[in-house]
Amino acid sequence: MSEHLNASDDYSEYHASVKGYLTGFFLSAVLTAIPFWLVMNKVLPTSGITALVILGFAAVQIVVHMVYFLHMNTRVEGGWSMLALLFTAVLMLIMLTGSIWVMYHLNTNMMPVHDMTEMRNMP
Amino acid sequence: MQISTTLAADNAVRFYDNGDHHPQQGTLLGFWIYLMSDCLIFAVLFAVYAVLGRGYAAGPSGADLFNLPLVAANTALLLFSSVTFGLAMIGMQHGHKNAVLSWLAITGVLGLAFLGLELYEFSHLIREGAGPQRSAFLSSFFALVGVHGLHVTFGVIWLVTLMFQVGRFGLTTENKRRLMCLSMFWHFLDVIWIGVFTFVYLMGVLP
Repeated sequence: MSEHLNASDDYSEYHASVKGYLTGFFLSAVLTAIPFWLVMNKVLPTSGITALVILGFAAVQIVVHMVYFLHMNTRVEGGWSMLALLFTAVLMLIMLTGSIWVMYHLNTNMMPVHDMTEMRNMP
Repeated sequence: MQISTTLAADNAVRFYDNGDHHPQQGTLLGFWIYLMSDCLIFAVLFAVYAVLGRGYAAGPSGADLFNLPLVAANTALLLFSSVTFGLAMIGMQHGHKNAVLSWLAITGVLGLAFLGLELYEFSHLIREGAGPQRSAFLSSFFALVGVHGLHVTFGVIWLVTLMFQVGRFGLTTENKRRLMCLSMFWHFLDVIWIGVFTFVYLMGVLP
């Protein structure tokens, strides 16, 4: 037990390897290059499809960074880091979808005012 | 009942907590939770951009303004700096002080190059009359990208500070802890940048 404590005091439980960083770098480079290529060369037929595909690539790349660069897994800090991460992800999901949803409906349900001359005639 | 019989048995205080569940790195977990709260700040700025990002006020749109090759260069710089910081951490694991200092220096230069390109982009936009006061889109753009740039700026200041610390006192336990915190901070900024270049720049130029 005391050996374990000493080891953690010395931060030697931090396991990083050159191979891990290079794998992460290679994957990230590919996952970055493809979205730029898709957008700059207008490969896909519509903007909607392109947007969905590049958001997918971004999500995968975030996971790659978490695993290879931030060394995130369920064992770090006895699972508390992962718990904090998941909690934050849930909060972000609620905040982002909620804001976009509510504000979209607010915009579409607004009374249309097409130009300032109409505005002048309003009560 | 149980306690009194135990105490009576050997008449001594016993500690049943042998330290097994003591948090091994309070600082690193605390710093991680700080990063998660920082993540929420960025989530708010992303939400603002998502709501206001198409409010051009008859001004220029992302397709008119964004220079994708420049953004690609910035992305590459930040990605390279993440890897060089990783190599500095590997130098730290092996106890090579000079390797740590050189990789940190390279990381710092890459960070400064990123900031240089970003400042060039901002000044270019402002000179073209597309400053933050032009439209809701540009206000939210400058807020989001600017806050990320500020984080990188403070990351570079922190990095230079730690280079002096490591140079002066070597790879002590405290300096290792600080380097690990900065490492998380730096990789975290790269993660945020993935969201920025995808959501703001790439989706911004889509017709």
